[in-house]
Amino acid sequence: MLDDKDRIFTNIYGWEPFGLDAARKRGDWDGTADLIKKGRPWIIDEMKKSGLRGRGGAGFPTGMKWSFMPDPAKSGKPHYLVVNADESEPGTCKDRDILRYEPHKLIEGCLLAGFAMGARAAYIYVRGEFYSEASNVVRAIKEAYGAGLLGKNAAGSGWDFDVILHRGAGAYICGEETALLNSLEGKKGEPRNKPPFPAMAGLYSCPTTINNVETIAVAPTILRRGGAWFAGLGRDEKNTGTKLFCISGHVEQPCNVEEEMGIPLKELLEKHCGGVRGGWDNLLAVIPGGSSTPMLPKEMCDTVLMDFDRLREAGSGLGTAAVIVMDKSTDLIYAIARLSQFYMHESCGQCTPCREGSGWLWRTMMRMVRGNATVDEIDMLFEMTKEIEGHTICALGDAAAWPVQGLIRHFRPAMEKRIMEYRKAAA
Amino acid sequence: MKKPFDLNADYQPEMFSFHDEKKVKEIIARYPRGFQRSAVMPLLDLAQRQVGEDGAKANPPYGGWIPRAAMDEIARILELQPIKVYEVATFYSMYNLAPVGKYLVQLCTTTPCWLCGSDDIVKSCERTLGIHAGETTKDGLFTLMEVECLGACVNAPMVQINDDYYEDLTAARMSEILNALKDGKPVPAGSQTGRRGSMAQSGPTSLQKLAKKTGVKG
Repeated sequence: MLDDKDRIFTNIYGWEPFGLDAARKRGDWDGTADLIKKGRPWIIDEMKKSGLRGRGGAGFPTGMKWSFMPDPAKSGKPHYLVVNADESEPGTCKDRDILRYEPHKLIEGCLLAGFAMGARAAYIYVRGEFYSEASNVVRAIKEAYGAGLLGKNAAGSGWDFDVILHRGAGAYICGEETALLNSLEGKKGEPRNKPPFPAMAGLYSCPTTINNVETIAVAPTILRRGGAWFAGLGRDEKNTGTKLFCISGHVEQPCNVEEEMGIPLKELLEKHCGGVRGGWDNLLAVIPGGSSTPMLPKEMCDTVLMDFDRLREAGSGLGTAAVIVMDKSTDLIYAIARLSQFYMHESCGQCTPCREGSGWLWRTMMRMVRGNATVDEIDMLFEMTKEIEGHTICALGDAAAWPVQGLIRHFRPAMEKRIMEYRKAAA
Repeated sequence: MKKPFDLNADYQPEMFSFHDEKKVKEIIARYPRGFQRSAVMPLLDLAQRQVGEDGAKANPPYGGWIPRAAMDEIARILELQPIKVYEVATFYSMYNLAPVGKYLVQLCTTTPCWLCGSDDIVKSCERTLGIHAGETTKDGLFTLMEVECLGACVNAPMVQINDDYYEDLTAARMSEILNALKDGKPVPAGSQTGRRGSMAQSGPTSLQKLAKKTGVKG
């Protein structure tokens, strides 16, 4: 288990005030100017050394992402940092705790990351439903301006920097980075074709980097304690550091907790959540990384380790590290059908395979719930997911396909049984 | 779920103007010059809040929504064609384009909440208020709406009422909350079992020393 001295988010449960004085006592804003004075290459190098991978789901190396930004002296355009706080992936509620209880970690991270990529401003895009969370961030931003930590010569670093909060209005798709940019520009949240990538033409057609809340919020601590410290946690050099896990569903005590990357799933559930409801043997399946990642049946949960590469090898993904636990009382087919409904509702409608396909998936899944289908329709359903996956501008189509694929891959016998029972009852 | 977007409905008021012009200017100033279109979303939100504040004092009361006149006013202020505002207003689920009840009860029924019994919460609301999801009570106090994941899965099941989250619900507690609101009594938002944030219910499993120092049991 992760040692308390290695935990970054010490106020993740909101025991102490979120304001500047308390944040400073927790170590935030300590020597920020000195870090900036070490220079842009040092910051990016240290982030690369830490092995930090993006915490929003895709797991792209953060240091490398920052280094893609063009040289600010040559690009001739303003640079922007955009923080993706549009947390809406079912199962995920970690950024919410950072926003409401640790906003200063995020704001300090904005300054450091913004400086490293030559940005003079950061926009934090918070999902609209998080009203009180956004209010806390706004208050923290005001405090930071009042204390000279933002604005002209931010924190005495010689770098001018502004942070602006923008609230969304209820669209999961805006968590996709280019949809988020469109939304921030005052348009419908429809994802853009890439290229051009945001590092070349992002917000207002200027070089832009979009990072998840957790990614930015851990940066100050990494820079203070050194990339080597962060890289020393985790199983290997590609899966490093600490991670906020959100465990929901059928455990005795659902909770958010910061743990070491690569912790065994079983240990995570038993140490922090009081175990699966009714004991480990009552476990049916786990969705390990938010609704978009395919589920794992119990046999795999016995041994699987929670990091990017181990979960990918297991045919799933770490995603946002939102663990959704389902015990033997669960109607798995409905659990996935409900996710299909989610993706149907949240499809932006731009690409036909996703707009139409997500509805087809849901309707077919609802027939599977009742058993009102034929066995070869399970193959048709799988084929449908393959027609959506990879045929859309953004990954929402893939995300709609994967949970259904995971269900068919691991629980096809249960689906067939449901169909047989329906037939028997009908006959 | 939402009522259809009807620009010519008889509930549409003729005129709309922002009460707080200073706030409007402050919102537009958040974005670089020439990109004032970015202010569309915060201004739609401001309009909805203003209507909601007026509605809370009205008899019968109503909740925040965005009339066509408000969208046209935003288009005028930002020098956009009205359609550019309509298309944003219709895209996002939080903008109500027709009147709603004073308390907009949004029920999360996505898988993590469903696993923890959101069906019972829906039933409890429907029974207590005598309406189905998608409807408004006759007294104008409540609108029920089924929504997608609200991002508080660790504290499931949960609902959002106007700006506030009510978490760790049971069917009985849900009914109590609605009845209290009906009687005009305040109800504390957040976890209804008294747990701190997203900490495990019986106490923290990490940071125990700090918990002791700050007086959190565990």
